Amino acid sequence: MDSLTNKIRTLCTGLLKDGKVDMIVGFKKGTIPMSSCPMVARTQEQAEEIIWDSNCSLNLANYLTNIKGKIGVLAKGCDSRNIVNHIIENKITRKNIYIIGVPCDGMVDKRKIRSFFHDDITLFSEKNNKLFVETMSGKKELEKNDFLKDNCKTCMHRNPVIYDELAAELVKENEIDDPFADVRKIENMSSNDKWNYFDNLVKDCIRCYACRNACPLCYCPTCFVDESSPQWVGKGQDINDVKTFHLLRAYHCAGRCTDCGACEEACPMDIHVRAFTRKLVKDSFEFFGWEPGLDLTKRPALDTFNPDDPDEFIK
Amino acid sequence: MKVIKIDKKNWAGGIDKSRGKYQIFGSVKDKEHFVFRKLNSEEYPDMGNALSVLSPKSILFPQSEKIITASLDESQDDHHIMKRSYTDYSPRAVIGIMPCDAKAVQLVKLNFETDDYRDPYWCDAYEATTFVGLAVNKPSIYDFTSSMGSGPFAEEGLDVLLVDCEDEYLAKVFTEKGEAFMNSAGLTVEADTNKAVKLIEEMKTQAEKLIDSEKVKTDKLKEKSLLELHGASFWDDLSFACINCGTCTFVCPTCWCFDIQDETKEKTAIRFRNWDTCMSPLFTLHASGHNPRAEKVQRVRQRFMHKLKYFVDKYDKGTMCVGCGRCVLHCPVNIDIREICNTMNSYEAQQV
Repeated sequence: MDSLTNKIRTLCTGLLKDGKVDMIVGFKKGTIPMSSCPMVARTQEQAEEIIWDSNCSLNLANYLTNIKGKIGVLAKGCDSRNIVNHIIENKITRKNIYIIGVPCDGMVDKRKIRSFFHDDITLFSEKNNKLFVETMSGKKELEKNDFLKDNCKTCMHRNPVIYDELAAELVKENEIDDPFADVRKIENMSSNDKWNYFDNLVKDCIRCYACRNACPLCYCPTCFVDESSPQWVGKGQDINDVKTFHLLRAYHCAGRCTDCGACEEACPMDIHVRAFTRKLVKDSFEFFGWEPGLDLTKRPALDTFNPDDPDEFIK
Repeated sequence: MKVIKIDKKNWAGGIDKSRGKYQIFGSVKDKEHFVFRKLNSEEYPDMGNALSVLSPKSILFPQSEKIITASLDESQDDHHIMKRSYTDYSPRAVIGIMPCDAKAVQLVKLNFETDDYRDPYWCDAYEATTFVGLAVNKPSIYDFTSSMGSGPFAEEGLDVLLVDCEDEYLAKVFTEKGEAFMNSAGLTVEADTNKAVKLIEEMKTQAEKLIDSEKVKTDKLKEKSLLELHGASFWDDLSFACINCGTCTFVCPTCWCFDIQDETKEKTAIRFRNWDTCMSPLFTLHASGHNPRAEKVQRVRQRFMHKLKYFVDKYDKGTMCVGCGRCVLHCPVNIDIREICNTMNSYEAQQV
């Protein structure tokens, strides 16, 4: 059992023992290779099941809203920024959350790893940036850095930005020349190519809403796609309805999305849904100098106005 | 029952020949995953038993199906008259379906064809379809079909079962439909039945050994009290991770719930039948605004009670889960039906 998991378990059992929290939201070991399962620990015994590894890529901030009591939560960089966002948007109160910050050097992309092998992966483990993968036909050792999730490669905030205590030493932040190279590639396409790119991107979408439901930002009591009086969006497979869902959801995340990648992690059809949100993350950054979730005192870029705003149209 | 032997060199030609009479459906690779769909004249079905993300249920039960059309153009004589939408029900052959997916079709049939009602859309598609299955020589780690009343070489719901014997396929032909397909494919060379059946039995035993059927237990589900299971305290923590997306229901071959949607576009009105999911809060939302399953825990509990208890009690045909493993593989938060099945199977209510 690795030292980070041990440290986290010690911190969690301690918090429950001292009654500092009523429950802790973390991950437990998954039942299949390269998986982890979000869990809630209410007793010290349950807290002994908490783990932390490179498969903890879901965003636990998704589980913090609409719960009563004092909640402990494990948060990596992106998760902590979503917690800040929740506080600013009045979904949670700071004093009701105890944040165990976990500095993160990236999560692995299980799809990339799976497609590297011909048959089922039967065992997965890791140690010191090396991944050990076993399949029915043999074993292989891989470099973790070769199999990072895309959002981890361009991550600008690996360290938690808000926490009550840290589970490990802070890590060095990424130095990235152009974090939005992927977005520019699409921006530079011709109109026609762009249209086809997005049609092709969502053609496999089965409207399961795993992306929306895994996203901590999506907490509307009735999502616009579920509204029926009036009904805004069709529920079938018409490509225009599918695109409407994805485009509009991305816009609702504009200025709030931390690129945690939970949406892509959740998608059963392996759709690169971040193609939509990445553009808005870039626009927030380049037009407003805005990165969400870094400052408890500031409201998101598209959520506020100022009489001194430079944009001419409002004057 | 006869057994046909097919030299693999003749397989593609057989498929080509059958295209004259059948629309061919099979599994093909699309980006990184496999999908079951209608194949065009240049495509051949994948014969590797890859676990497709979506099951073949969409061949009989499309995700979004036009069922009724009406013209809204008042200059037309038949305006506002609802008519059944056109669907091509010419003969179809599904090639390479896994035995558990074929069993799933039979379980879904219990719903769509009853003493009281016959769903025309599903049943017409079913009757037009010949199921040519492919036995699973090497079950994946997600396969727990043996525990759920199916298995890698199970025959229920199949018209033909193909067995991959390296250089050739042996085909067990069970029905007239199966025989008609083999004839149209020109695949008619018979094997020595006794020898073939014996070989297939041996291969079946080998394949079944690769699934630990003791891992998932269902033997006590029927005798458990429904109310005690429903009232159990384990549902709260078990449902915590669930994000109530529709992934499990959409990839599941036995899930058949649907939603009817009417859409109009200019002068045409169309009634669609779309897949629905009990995981959505909307599923049980009444017009009054009351929702009997408003809480996540109620919906998660309902899903597993339906698959593993209500269905067991109602039909006495085992569970509604066939053990394909798709939900286990694709659930974003790793909710594992195998674990839940064991929890339910071994549940003892606390005696107060």
